[in-house]
Amino acid sequence: MNSLSTYLLISALLFSMGLLGILQRRNLIGMLISVELLLNAANLNFMAFNRFLAHDPVTGQVITLFVMGLAAAEAAIGLSIILALYRKMHSINIEAAQKMKG
Amino acid sequence: MVTFKVILPANDYMAVLPQIVLVSTALLVLMMGVFKKLVNASAPGFTALAGSLLALGCVLFVGHHGAPSSTFGGMVLVDGFSFFLSLVICIIIALTILVSLNYGNFFNCMRTGEYYSLLLMAGVGMIFMATAGNLILLFVALETMSISIYALTGFHKKQLKSSEAALKYFLLGAFGSAFLLYGFAFIYGATGSLDIIKIAGFIKTHPQMLNMKFLVAAFVLTIAGIGFKISMVPFHMWTPDTYEGAPTSVTGFMATGVKAAAFAALIRVILVPLAPMQHSWVTIMWIAAFLTMTVGNIIALVQDNIKRMLAYSSIAHAGYILLGFLAGTGLAQAGMLYYLMVYAFMNIGAFGVVALLCKKGEEYTSISDFAGLGFKYPLLGLVMSVFLFSLAGIPPTGGFMGKFYLFTQALRSGYVWLVVAAGVNSVISIYYYLRVVVVMYFSPQASENSIVLGSVSPGIVIALATAATAVLVMGIFPSYFFSLAGNSIFSLM
Amino acid sequence: MLAVYLPILYMIILALLFGAGTVFLSHLLGPARPFKVKTQSYECGIPSEGAHYAQTPVKFYVTALLFLVFDLECVFLYPWAVYYRRLGAFGLAEMLIFLLILVVSYVYVWKKGALEWD
Repeated sequence: MNSLSTYLLISALLFSMGLLGILQRRNLIGMLISVELLLNAANLNFMAFNRFLAHDPVTGQVITLFVMGLAAAEAAIGLSIILALYRKMHSINIEAAQKMKG
Repeated sequence: MVTFKVILPANDYMAVLPQIVLVSTALLVLMMGVFKKLVNASAPGFTALAGSLLALGCVLFVGHHGAPSSTFGGMVLVDGFSFFLSLVICIIIALTILVSLNYGNFFNCMRTGEYYSLLLMAGVGMIFMATAGNLILLFVALETMSISIYALTGFHKKQLKSSEAALKYFLLGAFGSAFLLYGFAFIYGATGSLDIIKIAGFIKTHPQMLNMKFLVAAFVLTIAGIGFKISMVPFHMWTPDTYEGAPTSVTGFMATGVKAAAFAALIRVILVPLAPMQHSWVTIMWIAAFLTMTVGNIIALVQDNIKRMLAYSSIAHAGYILLGFLAGTGLAQAGMLYYLMVYAFMNIGAFGVVALLCKKGEEYTSISDFAGLGFKYPLLGLVMSVFLFSLAGIPPTGGFMGKFYLFTQALRSGYVWLVVAAGVNSVISIYYYLRVVVVMYFSPQASENSIVLGSVSPGIVIALATAATAVLVMGIFPSYFFSLAGNSIFSLM
Repeated sequence: MLAVYLPILYMIILALLFGAGTVFLSHLLGPARPFKVKTQSYECGIPSEGAHYAQTPVKFYVTALLFLVFDLECVFLYPWAVYYRRLGAFGLAEMLIFLLILVVSYVYVWKKGALEWD
């Protein structure tokens, strides 16, 4: 139960959910949430490896903090882009953003 | 309860002096942008230019002498590789600012402090990507660069195309970053460290690790993550749309700076520590390199928008550079660096010419708009031809020498068929580059929608002249630059 | 083995109790004088119809975005605070530089007018 593979499995599940979300969702906010899931899956991996394998006790935890900060910055810029697009298209559906093709 | 020993690192602040200069300038420029009453409207741009030149001076002043070392507890590597890439990236930033100063005359929203501040911040991220000795720093630097560039891409606030480009770049870029991070997690799990030197050492002393699933997963995910940034096929979908929609000055910056930084990261993370794994990646990378140059070149043939054409051409160029990655030898890596440098000059030059041709709120980006340009503005036609010849790889330009180095090194490593494919691709690419030259010189100027040169500031003249001269000099006297690149590779940590 | 996680359980219980407690207390202490018109779902005009949600004004998003970014910067203060004494003057200087950069961006946001509600 309390083993490395459990955590890796959960993180892989989280990663797949995020992947599926990005590929299949049409709502931009949903896609943004899926990206966050991907980052959190990586975070979980770092914590698990840190807990079970690594000799250095802090690295995994510190990188998790960094990734949290970066994820927030990424969410902020993503939301601003979506907002800018919404002001022009009045939609947050990805299908609407198809002016350029090819 | 584990207790930690706090070791304060002996820091060599000189090693990050260019970055410190760039960050300080970025903050200063940001403040100048909001305190409008105190400063002139054009002050942010010129301050940013001064800052980038100062950073360039710092890179040259600090230089690199002696043995490679690391500082900040292994976070920053001080070696010839860092020096070379910092130099290239500082040049890219300075040239981009020169191009932007003129571009801002046509688009008022591009003259603000934010624009230059973001540009400098992206530059800091790029430099840190090239100098990082630790995967945490590498990832933070990658995000610093990417987040700034997402915002820059969407900077034409009134144009739907620009926001759309930003959205596409953001979604796929964030996707790629997440892959990269997941890959780093597996590297950490397999080797127990995030320090690139320690990872390399661990893999050397534990050869049985190489078949470990973690490391294979790590490799695939890392390649996918960096592949998004260098627009490697099949991760290239965002490239044409983003390049077309982004402000032209930003497109040039994206095409050169991001590529240089991402290839640097590729060499640092994959080629050096994971070199013993080479046998397992050769096939994948062979296919990726082949597809990258072929898809890029074939689709570029049918483009009518010059920004889209250059976007597909940049995909193709990523494919050529991947040849050096496959060959993997020291000289091949030197060829990659040489190519990145030439590529920076010729691509910023080509996008600079496109950025020059605009009037208030409008740009001429269709290839037919270039009709008769060669006679109407002979000098402009001449420099554009130099850049296009270099992109096509026609002597005596730097682009030719770059391809020459990459192809010979790949041949020496035994990739005969791939080099043949690359040669065929280069021939195909001549068609679409020369098409622009032909339109410029041999097709009559359309009476309506004739191209007019807006105001030309001295900045862009300097930028284009520098880029064109550099392209020619690198083509005629390549050995100096090649040995510079070679030295930087051989003093790689 | 699982006993290590007991504090987390206490924490969860405490959080639930606090949340429920405040809601209950506000019911208990707050004045409530219901009458017929007041308890109707809509106070005037015709009964409401259609979707019951309205678009949120953009200013909420801007505020939320700013909160998100500035709030998460605190994450970097915690490790420093934990080892404050051992990091000494060096740590303090580094953190001051970090905060200085944050202050610059704060001044930017302020001067840009993103903090004005109207």
